[in-house]
Amino acid sequence: MLDELRVAIQGEDGIVAARQAAREAARGLGFGPVDQTRITTAVSELARNVVRYATGGKGEMRLWSLPVSERGVGLEILVADDGPGIEDVKAAMQDGVTSGMGLGMGLPGAQRLVDELEIDSAPGRGTVVTIRKWHR
Amino acid sequence: MARIPIVRIRNTLVATFQKDLYDRDALDLQSSLNDLLERTGCDGVLLDMSMVETVDSFLGRMINDVAQGARLLGAHTVVVGLQPAVAITLVELGLELPGVHTALDVERGLVRLQRIRAAGARQGSGRAR
Repeated sequence: MLDELRVAIQGEDGIVAARQAAREAARGLGFGPVDQTRITTAVSELARNVVRYATGGKGEMRLWSLPVSERGVGLEILVADDGPGIEDVKAAMQDGVTSGMGLGMGLPGAQRLVDELEIDSAPGRGTVVTIRKWHR
Repeated sequence: MARIPIVRIRNTLVATFQKDLYDRDALDLQSSLNDLLERTGCDGVLLDMSMVETVDSFLGRMINDVAQGARLLGAHTVVVGLQPAVAITLVELGLELPGVHTALDVERGLVRLQRIRAAGARQGSGRAR
């Protein structure tokens, strides 16, 4: 079990801090090295989006363990910001679609690395991305 | 102070990436490598990633850019020491780094560079004839 943990994301230091906290949590919950890396990389993509797009490049990561179920031990991670929001969530999930300087593979890439990825966003309302991953 | 030290071994520049990489370190590396390639005339670059635990799309793109930049300055790039978990994650991310040579470790990377140089020399003389 893992109690809720919050990490402020601001600037590049925030990306590194979020990655470290996510890896530590994944390791603590018994995820193997490859899953630890998948989770950490997904968090890196999401935290980078915050730094790149959110107002003032500020946001927050929150994570906790999910109740043990038939899917095994689960980790849930939220990355939230009060930025401009995503106008077309469906488009943002397509490879190669970008509004910035990236490759446009941040969100779709992150999705491939975890079991579930949900985006809650609307223009002017900020963005919350939730990822979940389980292991047995 | 650069957080990615670069050492020269004969005609090769070896850059050793540290564990927790900041974006600015990666960008600094790109410009210092290009400077050094121009100044020294080295024709090989080894990027030692053995300590790196996370390569996201930003860093993946940067590795690609370093390799392309080095190529334009007449040097070949070999990425060495990728951790298996990082390699798997890169493929899943969709970043397979086409056009970037790889090797298991620095020693094999140096051998790899020698082979690439030799092949390049053969091709070069072929064209000259």
